[in-house]
Amino acid sequence: MALGELDTDTNPLIAGLERLPVRSTAVIIFGATGDLAGRKLLPALYNLAHEGSLPEHIELAGVSRGDISDDAFRAQAREAIETFSRRPPNPEVLDGLLENARFVSGSFDDPDMYARLGQTLAGFDERAGQPLNRIFYLSTAPQFFPVIIGELGRHGLNQPTHPSSGGDVRVVIEKPFGYDLASALAQNEAVQAVFAESQIFRIDHYLGKETVQNLMALRFANALFEPVWNRNFIDHVQITAAEDLGIGGRAGYYEGAGALRDLVQNHMLQLLALLAMEPPTSFEANRLRDEKVKVLASIVPPDPTRVHEMSVRAQYGPGTVAGVNVPGYLEEPGVAPDSRTETYTALKLEISNWRWAGVPFYLRTGKRLARKLTEIAVTLKPVPHLAFQSEGSLGVQPNQIILTVQPDEGVSVSLGAKIPGTRMRIRPVNMEFHYGTSFLSESPEAYERLILDAMRGDATLFTRNDEIETLWGIIDPILAGWAADTDTPIPTYIAGSAGPAAADTLLRDTRWRRL
Amino acid sequence: MTEQTTWSAQDTTPDAIDSALRRLLRERHAQDASLVPARVLNLVVIADREWRGEIINRLERVGRYHASRTILCSISEQRSGLDARVVLSSDGPGGAVSVLREWVELDLGIDALARIDTILDPLLVSELQTVLWSPHNHDDAVEALLEMTDVILIDTDDPANFDGPRAALARSWALQDRTYVVDLAWLRTTPWRERLAAAFDDPSRRGELPALASVAVRHNPGSLTSALLLSGWLASRLGWSPEPLVATAGGAYRGTAAAQRPGGAHDVAFSGIVGFDFEPVAQTVPGIAGVTVGTDYGFSLALDRAPGGLLARQRRPAPAPLREWRVLGASRGEGGILGEGVRQALLRDPTYRPALAQARRFEP
Repeated sequence: MALGELDTDTNPLIAGLERLPVRSTAVIIFGATGDLAGRKLLPALYNLAHEGSLPEHIELAGVSRGDISDDAFRAQAREAIETFSRRPPNPEVLDGLLENARFVSGSFDDPDMYARLGQTLAGFDERAGQPLNRIFYLSTAPQFFPVIIGELGRHGLNQPTHPSSGGDVRVVIEKPFGYDLASALAQNEAVQAVFAESQIFRIDHYLGKETVQNLMALRFANALFEPVWNRNFIDHVQITAAEDLGIGGRAGYYEGAGALRDLVQNHMLQLLALLAMEPPTSFEANRLRDEKVKVLASIVPPDPTRVHEMSVRAQYGPGTVAGVNVPGYLEEPGVAPDSRTETYTALKLEISNWRWAGVPFYLRTGKRLARKLTEIAVTLKPVPHLAFQSEGSLGVQPNQIILTVQPDEGVSVSLGAKIPGTRMRIRPVNMEFHYGTSFLSESPEAYERLILDAMRGDATLFTRNDEIETLWGIIDPILAGWAADTDTPIPTYIAGSAGPAAADTLLRDTRWRRL
Repeated sequence: MTEQTTWSAQDTTPDAIDSALRRLLRERHAQDASLVPARVLNLVVIADREWRGEIINRLERVGRYHASRTILCSISEQRSGLDARVVLSSDGPGGAVSVLREWVELDLGIDALARIDTILDPLLVSELQTVLWSPHNHDDAVEALLEMTDVILIDTDDPANFDGPRAALARSWALQDRTYVVDLAWLRTTPWRERLAAAFDDPSRRGELPALASVAVRHNPGSLTSALLLSGWLASRLGWSPEPLVATAGGAYRGTAAAQRPGGAHDVAFSGIVGFDFEPVAQTVPGIAGVTVGTDYGFSLALDRAPGGLLARQRRPAPAPLREWRVLGASRGEGGILGEGVRQALLRDPTYRPALAQARRFEP
C-alpha cells in the first residue's frame, strides 16, 4: 500500500485474512426450542464461536411459545450444542456464547411479546455500547412467517436502529417458502411490505454445502468442461436425491408437502440452475442470482393436462431396508389411509434456450429408496465414429461427469480405456476426485457458512424473491395437474428398491443410473 | 478405528522403499476397494534422532491436517546406511471411501544430508506440493532440498532454530525468493491480526485507525519475533516506517515509526509518530499475550488472552466509560499451529512478506 493511501472508507487491515470481519450482531431465533434450532442453528453458532469467526459482540435471544426462564433456555441450548456440535465444545467458549443469552416467551401473534423483545434487544445494544446488527432467524412453521414479519414491522423492529452507525436488520427465512405459487407470491408480498429485499435472506441450506458451491468452481474455474457444456455435447442430465429413510415422525408436515415440494421445488431445482446457468459476470449476489433466474425462467412449464407425460409420482409400500422390514407410507403413523401424497417423484424438464434446447433434464427424488445418494450425472453424447471393434468388451460408453453431493462429496469422470491385452477392447474407467482425499480441512456445516453470510449481508447463497416465484412457476402446473387427477391410483414401489417402474417411462434412449 | 500396514528394512535403498510403498498400496486396495490414497501434499521433516518422539507427537497433534505422505528423516551423528519403515494407515470403513495416509520414516546419518535430495526424490508423490520442515537446524539438508520444495515451514519464534529474532527474520527473508515460506510465528499472530482488523472494521472505530499513535505488544519472553511480525504487519498495512528498537529494562524494547500520512479525522491531534513497546510477560505458550493500540487523545483498545477467547477493553476520553467484553474463540494450541502451518501450504498469504520487511526494520 502506498503511503498516504489510507483512508477511513476502506479497512487496510483485512487484506490477506481468511476470516473477514463480521459486524457485531444480535441473533434472534424464532422457534428457538424447536428441532432445527437444536440440531443445526445453535451448534452452528457454537462452531463459529469456537473458530473465532463470530463478531466481537454476539448476543443470542430465543423466541418461542412456552414459559421458560433465561437459565432454562441456556441449559437447553447447552445440551443441544453438546449433543449435536460437530466438535466437542470448549466449555469456556460455550459459557461465553450462552452466558447472556435471553429467552423471550410468547405467542408469535402477541404484540406484548414483541414489545418485550424490543426491550431485550435494546438491552443488548446498551451492553455492547453500540447498536448491534440484528438477524431475525425464522425457524418456525411457515404459517407463522407472515405473522412474525408483520409484528416485527408494527413494532419497528424491521428498521435499522442507527442507520449511520450500524444496526442493520436482516431476516432469515427457513424453507418452505410458500406452498404453491400463489402462497409464495402472497408471502413475498407480506415480507416485502416490511423488509427491503436486501434485508431478506431466504435460506436453502443445500446452497451452503461445499459440493454445491464446487459445482460453480468445476464449471467456471476449469477450461476442460465449459466447451462441452451445451446441447452439442451433452446427451442428458440426471439429478438424483434419494433417501433411504421414511418420513419418521414428520407425517404432519409431509402429508401437506410431498416429495415435489419437499425437495424438488428447492434443492433439486437449485442444483439444476447452478448446473445449467450461464457464467455470471461476477459472484456478487445479484449477478449470480440473475443468471439462476434466467435459466429457471427458460424451463418450459408443463401444461397441467399433460403433466403425466413429464412426471411420475409414487408412494413407498412395505419392504425391507438394510435388512429391516419397514411399513409402507399409508401404514405410517399420522398418514391418512387414502393419502395421495407422493413420496417419490420423477420429472423430465427441458430448458428452452440456445445452450440447452433438446437436452432432457431428468430429476428424481424419493424416500425409502435403496440408499441415500444425492448426485448430478451429466452424460455426454457418444463419439460419432468408432474406429475399432467393441466385441468382447463392455464397449465404448458415453462419458459421464458425476458430481456427488452426499454421502461422499466428489467428482468423477468416466472414460473409455483399453483393457490390457492383445486386442483393442474398451471398458469404462473412472477418474475420481474425493474431497476427503484432496483437501486437508473438512467441510463446515452448511448452516455455519450461511449464518455467517447472513451476518455479513452477503445474499449470494440465498434465494431472491423472483427466484422463488420462478421456482414455483415450474412446480405449480405439476401440482395442478396432479390435483386434477383424483382417479388414477398412485403407483407404489417397494421400500428399499430403486423406485417405481413407471419412472422408466420418462426416459428417452437411456435408463436411470443405479442408486 | 485406524487400520495399519507396515513394512520395514535395514540398509535399504530409496528404490526399495518406493517399491514397498507401491506394493502396500496395491495390497491394501486389493483387500478393500474403498481405500483411496490421500493426495494433498508431501511433508518432509528433517529432525534429530533424539527428538524423534517429540516430533512424532507434534505431528500426531495436527488433527485433520495430516499430510497425505509424511516422510520423517531421523538424523543421527554416527550412523551410516539407510533404514526405513513404512506405515499405511486408514480410518476404518465408514463410507464408500476410506482415506489412506502414508508414513515413511528414514533413519540416516548426518553425512547423508548434503545429498538427501537423491534419497527423497524417488519417495515424493511427484504431482503434489512438497512441504519441508527442518526444526533442528539442518541447513545443509534444506539447501539440498529447496529445489524440490514448494513450501518451507519455519518457526522464527523457535530459539532452538535461530540465534535471536534478527537471525530468524533474516533467514526467512533470505528464503523468500527461493520458495514459499510458512512461518509458524506468523500464524501465531493470526487471531490477533483478525481481531484488530475486525475491531477497526466497526464503524464506531474506523475513524481511529489513521490516528493510531501507540502500539504495545505483550509476548512470551521467547516470542519477540511474533511481536515484531505483528507490529510489522500493522506498519505495512498502515504505511508506517519503523526505526530500530532500543532495549529497555527486563528484556523489553521501545521504538517508533513515522506515519508519513495524516491522522484522518483526528489530524490535529496526531503527531505523525507511532510509539512501540514490546514487553515480555509470563506465559506458558509461545506467542502473543496481548496487544494495546491507542491514539494521542485518549482512545485505546486492548486485547489480552483470556479463558474462551480474548478479553477486550476499550477506553475513550472521559466521560466515556471503560468498556470490557470477551471475544470468543478457542485456542488452537501448538499442535493446532503446526496443523495450520501444513494447511497454509495450500494457500498463499500476500501480507507476510511486507510484514516481514517492516519487522526487520524494527530490529535493534
